[in-house]
Amino acid sequence: MNRDSNSYTFIFATLMVLVVASVLAFTSQSLKDLQNDNIRKEKMQNILSTVGIKVDREGAEDLYNKYIKEQLAVQSDGSTDNTVNVFRDVKLALELKKSPEDQNFPLYVAEIEEDKFYIVPIRGNGLWNAIFGYISIKEDLNTVKGVVFDHVGETAGLGAEITQDWFKERFVDEKLFDSDYNLMGIKVSKTNNDPSNLDKSDHEVDFISGATITCDGVTDMITERMNHYIPYFKSIKESETALAFSMSNIDSNIN
Amino acid sequence: MSKNKVLLTDPLDDNNPITVQVLGICSALAITVQLKAAIVMSLSVVAVMAASNVIVSILRNLIPNRIRIIVQLVVVASMVVLVDEVLRAYAYDVSKELSIFIGLIITNCIVMGRLEAFALGNGVWRSFLDGVGNAFGYGAILILVAFFRELLGSGNLLGVQVIPDSFYEMGYENNGMMLLSPMALITVGLIIWVQRSRNRKLIEKA
Repeated sequence: MNRDSNSYTFIFATLMVLVVASVLAFTSQSLKDLQNDNIRKEKMQNILSTVGIKVDREGAEDLYNKYIKEQLAVQSDGSTDNTVNVFRDVKLALELKKSPEDQNFPLYVAEIEEDKFYIVPIRGNGLWNAIFGYISIKEDLNTVKGVVFDHVGETAGLGAEITQDWFKERFVDEKLFDSDYNLMGIKVSKTNNDPSNLDKSDHEVDFISGATITCDGVTDMITERMNHYIPYFKSIKESETALAFSMSNIDSNIN
Repeated sequence: MSKNKVLLTDPLDDNNPITVQVLGICSALAITVQLKAAIVMSLSVVAVMAASNVIVSILRNLIPNRIRIIVQLVVVASMVVLVDEVLRAYAYDVSKELSIFIGLIITNCIVMGRLEAFALGNGVWRSFLDGVGNAFGYGAILILVAFFRELLGSGNLLGVQVIPDSFYEMGYENNGMMLLSPMALITVGLIIWVQRSRNRKLIEKA
């Protein structure tokens, strides 16, 4: 057979593509469950890490089930939809494409001993691609307990530094709202006058040099995402005040 | 037999892909901060090179000459995708750490170079040995560089602290420079220097 003829070349190329495609498709399908399981457990690890629980991937599922008490799909009007499995079905990348009225806003509620934390998934745009993470808030619905960030393709050594502990630690104990409960967010600021981060209520943390767009993306995604949770947070606060009021009534009746 | 043995030993020293042919430098700089990543990368390259050398050698009398580079590329690329899929299923952390560098094995000049220069013209067994030998030659340097960078840069080996706390109390500091890519290049340079001073025949005639 003439190996230099056009027909031979075409037949060889066609067969090769078919064989390679089926081998790759088969491998990808047979390993898919294992890969998705890894991704699922990593998500649990990330959620847990915002409330200060470090765990390896194998142990993540047990601790997640132990500490995460509620998984809510918050709606834009402040109500919750209990029919949605937010952990499994709500993909923030897809939700962000919808208008705010149609979105589900996932909220994870963790209870660790006496403390309650609210964990909000966040997602936005960095310089090259998406950046995302989780931010956990203490029971006062204002103070940050911890954050975790990850990214798809930020520049190594610059934007990619948002995943580092020293950057994430800057957010701890920062306040998201002012005293009248208006959302201020947390600005990753170039002009921060508090580089050692002693003032925890200035709504600012220090910047990473050379990562302007990524840092602005972090600022924006926190504000954009938290904004949608305000109606729900206010409803919690109101019910708490109402509860405290009725409790004080009971107290005074007893007296 | 001895002729086949040369295929394995030659790339380790006299014909090392990194220190003598200066191929595959890019990945040698990028993933040698930690020993673990370097070991996994080396094993991945061994798997990719051995498999693609064997496949191309089996097909060497069937591959149309005019599209042989494309065929080689397809073979290497599919091997790399296989390795990537397996790592994502069984070694997720490492695969995240290596991220794009696994994909970049495709562009590693060593792989294509050996296919074109060796596997196309030699039998299956000899091609297999050549692939394994060259991948080991590449891996050996990678692991050596990673050993020094992790030891001096973070005081660890394979993530375990090896420099005792008493050293740090006496004022020893980890050298952060070792974690940056330029020091990988300098480390490779030092290895080349040592290798040439031991192996005189590598030195070019002036």
